[in-house]
This record gives sequence, structure tokens and C-alpha cells, in this order.
Amino acid sequence: MSYVLNEEEQMLRDAAKAYLAEKSPVSELRRLRDEGCKDGFRHAVWRGMAEMGWNGVVIEEAYGGVDMGYSAAGVLLQEMGRTLTASPYIPSAILAATALRLAGTEAQKSEHLTKIANGEAVYAFAIDEAARHHPERIDTTAVKDGNGFRLNGSKRFVACGNGADMLIVVAKTEDGGTGFFLVDPKTDGVTRTMRRTVDSHVPADIDFKDVKLDGDACLSEAEDGTAALAFILQAGSACVAAEALGIAEESFDRTLTYLKERTQFGTEIGSFQGLQHRAAELLCEIELARSLVMKALRSLDNEPSQAPLWIAAAKAKATEVSRFAAAEAIQLHGGVGMTDEYEIGFFYKRAQAAGEFLGDDRYHSDKVASTSGY
Amino acid sequence: MSELETFRQDTRNWLEANCPASMRGPIKDEREVCWGGRDFEFFSDDQKLWLDRMAERGWTTPTWPKEYGGGGLSKDEAQILKEEMKAIQARDPLTSFGIWMLGPALLKYGSEEQKHEHLPKIIRGEIRWCQGYSEPGAGSDLASLRTKGVSDGDDYVVTGQKVWTSYADKSDWIFALVRTEPDAPKHEGISFILIDMATDGVSTKPIKLISGKSPFCETFFDEVRVPKANRIGEAGKGWDIAKYLLSHERTNIVSAGGMFGGMNPVMAAHKSGEVDDGGKLADPILRGDVARLTIDALAFEATLQRVKDESDAGQGVGARASMLKYVGTELNKRRHELNMSALGADGLLWEGDDPSDGQSAREWLRSRANSIEGGTSEIQLNILAKRVLGLPGA
Repeated sequence: MSYVLNEEEQMLRDAAKAYLAEKSPVSELRRLRDEGCKDGFRHAVWRGMAEMGWNGVVIEEAYGGVDMGYSAAGVLLQEMGRTLTASPYIPSAILAATALRLAGTEAQKSEHLTKIANGEAVYAFAIDEAARHHPERIDTTAVKDGNGFRLNGSKRFVACGNGADMLIVVAKTEDGGTGFFLVDPKTDGVTRTMRRTVDSHVPADIDFKDVKLDGDACLSEAEDGTAALAFILQAGSACVAAEALGIAEESFDRTLTYLKERTQFGTEIGSFQGLQHRAAELLCEIELARSLVMKALRSLDNEPSQAPLWIAAAKAKATEVSRFAAAEAIQLHGGVGMTDEYEIGFFYKRAQAAGEFLGDDRYHSDKVASTSGY
Repeated sequence: MSELETFRQDTRNWLEANCPASMRGPIKDEREVCWGGRDFEFFSDDQKLWLDRMAERGWTTPTWPKEYGGGGLSKDEAQILKEEMKAIQARDPLTSFGIWMLGPALLKYGSEEQKHEHLPKIIRGEIRWCQGYSEPGAGSDLASLRTKGVSDGDDYVVTGQKVWTSYADKSDWIFALVRTEPDAPKHEGISFILIDMATDGVSTKPIKLISGKSPFCETFFDEVRVPKANRIGEAGKGWDIAKYLLSHERTNIVSAGGMFGGMNPVMAAHKSGEVDDGGKLADPILRGDVARLTIDALAFEATLQRVKDESDAGQGVGARASMLKYVGTELNKRRHELNMSALGADGLLWEGDDPSDGQSAREWLRSRANSIEGGTSEIQLNILAKRVLGLPGA
């Protein structure tokens, strides 16, 4: 298990850099915001990603994927973090795809994984029911009703929820277990409320009132999905951590450039020791986060029994470091860092939102402690 | 079986047969650390036996060339030896600045004669070395050092003072930075010289620290005659060797493994009874602080591994040694601070009936020096800013 990117991963990274620079630079996020886009992402970019094979990195070849593993997804997300690409990548290609892969029947996989891989549809994963991430507290219920189910409950801030074609909803089953349910958001009884967040993303609050579902809407009917849910959230957390790392790297690179260009008192401000030490400190923090993110993704692919500790540590650290890097970026850019015209502010906003998604640094620090036995 | 598997099996068998039972398990008393040297008093016969057996195979320095008495092992073999020693909790047969610091410099910069003279004695633990770098007026600004070596025929006559010389009072030889070219620019007038501490005019005086211990000394040179043959490399080129060694030292300080052994805050909380029935730390704020420490310790462990992988892939460690030094030492200080918090008043004990009483406080105090010795944290940040980030100035 090496910490150096293999050749395949390096090629993937280079391809991602080139594609995202052209199709999805930070200015694109600004445009989505200013246009008031109700989906929060460009469908053309999502389909473009599918064409490059990105949407199927954790999907088996039989369903149209390339099955490269989570490390490869991390490579992509790191680059998407650098360009602040708003896309359904984590909700669809990671969370929904992992849920289907772990819990879906052959028929479900064949239908839905294929749609994710080829970019035909956007899937959202509805888990949170409160403003903060508490996946162990699920009040949404799915009760047996004839051959199908009746779904009741509310989900909050479902990522890409407003633009999604299909939802995978986490609900409690009658025996107290965890179930995953495929729900078309146009079904009777489903109400979506668009929420605009600070990072210019468009999640949705979604209410389910006596929503009637067919029997085949349930993934893994035979088995309790609690363990699967834990793995799905770990995979998601490792991937968000990779995105956060990209946010930190790009914030830092832009800051470093600025320190070398901006002159005051007749010299580059980067020659002042007070600022040099802050930059060096940031370098160390980002390198630490990078190691954890890599270890988390690699363990997910190669040694899943070790993954929970490394992923919790990676998500906590990457959350903290991306917030820190973006905050330092604003401070070290001075006044221009506060302007909407400059892009640095977008990084600060997304760092906060990505940090919150699937549990912030405090949530994951608690996980580190309990996983370590204290 | 592959060659490495065979090597592992042979190594395991040999260690099993040759590592005395009393040389396995954690060190309980400082005197159990084997430093070697002319006047070293072995703690036990086993300690000497273990040193001799390992030195015989060159395994006190596994990767050094065989021609000087080293083990001649490849990197992979050395790693296996390390793993197999760890598996039976075998203690290091020899702890030595000669191995850590001087050896690498001799191997890279020394003449054949110098290598044959000094390396075997380091490997066998016969000569104990100390490092003479810092001076009262030359700390972070090390290159401003003033200890002078005046040329006199085949000798230098050395006069001056060194400070923070680790274990100078117990050492046989010192490798020192000496200004031999007084008219050259600051960095170009320094030579790297080996001095026998038994020579007339050398004296040492221990410095008592806040921990109550005296690991450091002042070292005085009063017209000490040193043959020029004891100079490593060219006259005036000592700064290059010093920089090379400092980078070695920085990586070693944090990766040798010694730094993160011993007590951690969870053990400390168990000791002071600050845990609930399920083993959870009772104080939620302390638990949060400890979790943050765990995260950074995991990150550091993963970073050491990553830097090693990248170095193997040819990207080199270079100035990133400064990152490892900075992060590792700051982390260790935090660990000791949290140990003290978790121990509460127990941690404040200075002496008592049990030999371990006072140990936590002393280790905590000792750790404050981590971010000073081997180049302060601030110097490491300077190096990172300039050499890694390419920031301008100074």
C-alpha cells in the first residue's frame, strides 16, 4: 500500500485537471450562483464526467463502471475541490453508487448503477434529518404496506436534492433496522423545498408524507442495512475529505502566489517573517491532511477493517485544515480577499460547507476517540 | 521462499537464539540504555553480551558497509531486522551519536583512512561521541560561531567554548565546528574537526536543567592541539557537512521512534482514575483534546510513511526534514502537556518512594527542549518558507 500515486492515478489526475480547468473553473460556480440555477450544477458537466468514466470509478464493469476504487475517486475529488466544481459526484457516484453496490439486488444494480455510470440520471442520498450530522438518529420510517411500503419523515439539506432525478432515502424499518429506499421525487406525498446555501450549492429539504412505494423500491430488504450505512458514510467522508484537501491546496497556492507578487513597504510581502511563518505552518498542516486523506482512501480500498479510524481522522483533519487554509487565504490577501470579485471567498464558503457535510471535525474527532477505545 | 523471506526466517532464528531474555521488553531504568564508550559501565553482563553479539554481525549499524564492520544489509533487509527486533521487543543494543550523526558524515565526507579509523569503533560501541556545534553566542545563528582553530604546522590550536553539548562529560571524542579561516566569509571559514576529549585543554561542565537533570554540558577548549589529519573534508567546508548532518539529525529526532514511546494521555487518565466504567475519558473537553492529538499523531505517522515512500520513489526528503522536525517536536510537547492534564496533581510529583515518581514531570519538562535542540521550530519554519515555498528575502 503505497502513498505515491500510481501511474493510472497520475493519468487520471492530469485528465481531471485539464477537463475541470476548461469546463468547470471557479468562474463557473459564480455563474451558476448569479443565474440562480435551481439544480446547482451543470448537467453538461455531469454528462461530461460520465463520458470520461469518472462516474463509474466505484462501479463494477458489468454495470458500466471502471471499478478503480475509492483512491481514484479521491484523486478526482481533490481536483474538483481545487476548482470548486459543483456536481452530483459525491451524492450520486459515491453515496448512491456505494449503497446500490452494497445493498442492491441484481435488477436494481443493473438499472440504477448503469444510469449513474453513464450520467443519465442524478441520484441524491437522503440521510440527515437535523442541521448537524447525526446518522444514528433516523426518525423517517418505512412501514410494510401490502407488497410495498409507506414512507413518512423529513430529510434536511439533502445534497443535490433539488436537482436529483432519484433519491435513496435512509429510513427505519419496522424491526428497528436500517433500510434504503429508492424514491422518485415526483411521487405523490414527496415535497421538495429548495435551500440555497452559502457555498452556492442547492440542497433540498424533503418531506415524505404517506409516500407509497413498490416492494422493489427497497434495497437489501432481506438484510439490516446498518453496517452498509456505516460503510457508505465512511466512503463519503473519505471523499469529502479529498475535496476539502483540494480546497486547502488551491487556497494555499493562490495565497503563496499573492505573497510573492504583492508589494508593500517597497518589497514583496512574502519576505516578511510574520507572514512566512504562517505560510510554512499552513504547508505543514496541508501535508498532514494529505497523508491522512491518502491513507483513508487506500485503506478503504485495501484494508477496510482499518478504515474507520483513518477515515474519521482524515475527515476531521481535512475539514479543519481546509477551513484554516481558506481563512488564512482571506487574511493574507487583505482587503481584496473580502471582495466578491476575488475568488478566494468562494473557497472559504465551500470549505465551511464541505466541512459540515457528513460530519464536521468535532463529529469525527469523537469517532476517533471512540474507535480508539477512549 | 524468496530471499527476503529466507532472510526474515534466519534473522528471527538468530535473534531468538542470541538476544538475552533480559534485553527484551521496555527500558525501565535510564542506566539500561547502552551508550558504549571507554568508561561506560554496563548495567548487566547481558547488556554487554547483547552489544557484542550484534556488533559482531555489524547489526548495530545494519546498512553500513561491511568493509568498516557494518551489517551491509539492504534497506529491505534492515527493515526486516527492525521488524523482527520489534516483534520480540529486543532493545537497541547501542544508542550512539556516532551512529546517528557522525557516521553518516564520515561515510559521505571522510577519507578512507578516517573511515577505517573511526567507523569500526562506533559500530562496536568502543568510542562515545558528542556533537560540538552551539556556542553561547551562536544558537539559531549557528554559523556565527567563534571557537577558533589556529593553524600551527600539522596541527590546529583550538580555543573557545561550546554549549548544549549532549553528554560531553561522558563522551570520549567530540566532532566540532571550528573557525579555521578567520578572514573568510561567515559560512566559508568553518571546518569540521574530530577532537579526542582526553587531550590537554579540554574540559566540560554539566548544565542543570528545569527537569533537574543534566544531559547537556558546556565544553571548553583552551589551546587544544589537534592534528589537521582529524579534519573531515576540506578546510573551510565544514558548514556543508554541518547542514547535511543537521538534516539527518532532524529526521532522526522524530522518526527514531523514541519520541512517541512511553506514556500517552489515555494511559495517564487511567492512572489518575479519570475514566468511566466503559473506559471512556470522563472529562469531555479533555477527551476532545486527546482526540485532536490522536488525529495529529496519526497524520504524522502517515506523513513519515509517505515521505519515506516518496523518497524511495526518488523525490528525496530534502528540506522537508524541517517539516518532520517541526511537526514531530510540537506534537511531542502537546502529548506531554496532555499527559500532565490527565494526571492532575499526580503529575506534579517530583520525588517519592516509587522509582517512577517524578518521571512524568521530568519528561514533560524535558520535552520543552524538543523544539529548541537541532534547530528551533522558528528556524525550521524559516527553512520551509525559503527552501520549500520559495518565499523571498533574508
